[in-house]
Amino acid sequence: MDWQFLAFSLVKIIAAFAVVMTMVAYSVLVERKVSAFIQDRLGPNRTQPFFAKYIPGLGPLLTRWGVFQPIADGLKAFLKEDFTPAHVRKVYFWLAPAIAMVPSLLTVAVIPFGSMMGAQKMVIADLDVGILYTFGIVSLGVYGIVLAGYAANSKYPFLGGIRSTAQMISYEISMGLSVIPIFLLVGSLNLGDVVQHQTGGWFAWHIFRQPLGFFIFLIAAFAETNRLPFDLPEADQELVGGYHTEYSSIKFALFFMAEYAAMIAVSGMMVTLFFGGWTLPFLGLDQPAATLGMGLLHILVFLGKVCCFLLLIIWVRWMLPRFRYDQLMDLGWRRFIPLALLNIVVTAGVLALLASK
Amino acid sequence: MIVERKPLNLAERFYLPALGNGFRVTWKHFRKTLFHGRTAADETSGGYYPEVPWKVEPGYRGAPYLVRDQSGDTKCVSCQLCEFVCPPKAIRITPPGPGGPPADRANAEKMPREFEINMLRCIFCGLCQEVCPEEAIFLQKDYSLTGLTREEMVYNKERLLALGGHHTGIQKWKQKADEARAQESFPVPG
Repeated sequence: MDWQFLAFSLVKIIAAFAVVMTMVAYSVLVERKVSAFIQDRLGPNRTQPFFAKYIPGLGPLLTRWGVFQPIADGLKAFLKEDFTPAHVRKVYFWLAPAIAMVPSLLTVAVIPFGSMMGAQKMVIADLDVGILYTFGIVSLGVYGIVLAGYAANSKYPFLGGIRSTAQMISYEISMGLSVIPIFLLVGSLNLGDVVQHQTGGWFAWHIFRQPLGFFIFLIAAFAETNRLPFDLPEADQELVGGYHTEYSSIKFALFFMAEYAAMIAVSGMMVTLFFGGWTLPFLGLDQPAATLGMGLLHILVFLGKVCCFLLLIIWVRWMLPRFRYDQLMDLGWRRFIPLALLNIVVTAGVLALLASK
Repeated sequence: MIVERKPLNLAERFYLPALGNGFRVTWKHFRKTLFHGRTAADETSGGYYPEVPWKVEPGYRGAPYLVRDQSGDTKCVSCQLCEFVCPPKAIRITPPGPGGPPADRANAEKMPREFEINMLRCIFCGLCQEVCPEEAIFLQKDYSLTGLTREEMVYNKERLLALGGHHTGIQKWKQKADEARAQESFPVPG
């Protein structure tokens, strides 16, 4: 393990962390703006630092679009009173937000967010078991929520935690099964190879080869990130916020950020698995970059695709009502798991036929 | 009443109409607000709050203030009924006591030396107005009370009277004075 590898990895980790956290902050803003527009409101449009009004044109414009709002929100989260209720189980209460946050960030490690910058591959950890690692880490995410529900020692968070366990365990199965056909096609679990396999024309993208797998993955992703229509662990109307009801200040903010970081991670997964990762099938954008400029362009392509998915996830939240709990379980166990299994069998059969010819 | 639940057809069982209609409705509103700048606030009241003040409808229960009568005198006679009835104990009255300063009005027995309402405690229930025999305190239209300290939010008599203005609807003591004057010249049958 030479120092160069360590140095470049550190740089990549810091850069990816910075980008992900910025995206978390601003996807919250986008969520607030989109929801406001859908509900005939304007959303955050007042927050401004003292100097903004002295910048002609740009200052008021940025204020109107709420660009300073995430900074104020973050500051507020840090400065608010961090209240620990007397009835909580302290150790778990303090542990839970961190356990919720860490897996969503760890998932980003194996996602190839670009091709090459110089001689460096644009992925933090180029693992050969990429997808297995992801699923392993994603299943840890449930512990944060369950611990929060248990630690809070009151009824609504407890119910939220219970629901979350059942939901995440159920949908993890269909999520895992839905990507197996991809790896049957690619023949490797390395996410870099998955991206390489999707080069050469639009129809090389796995969305066109495995539409069923994609839809199952997409819906399971909604369930895994606790987003509407599957946000039963939070369910503001029935569980007053669910597992994070008893949390305040930065601990609450950690849960909040974890949700959005998970959204970004899962969008990154979908882009990598089904939408060609950092590639675009024209202008030679589907080959690893030879120059720094192309490398940067690849990263931007990847981020652009991720943003599209984030917008989709945000929009769906304001579009669909929440599923009932039995409907959720029914959909997971009795629809998606058989469908995903069928998808595996059919894909394997077709591949076997093609190979025997 | 029995709600008939029709069996869902194939498209409905795949949630397709729900998706379609959901997107149609959300997109309609999104487009209207984003591209045409029309919000619900614009359509109902012409804009958002600090720029466009809220229109207070009659019957609204805002902050309770003391009122003066038609000749500018304090109506309150320091009976302390409002102080007793006030559920959050926001009102505190200091009566003049024996030998205290006389009331503004010649024929009223007394008036409060000090009258304080703690607007932080007040719940705007309107019981003080209801209980007042003199119609001296009214819930008025102020709904946005702000201050930098707790002390600042305790309104004293002077401030309450200045904010309350005049209320000339009932002129109980003027009538009593007129009656008393009439008594002076009442022809006693002899």
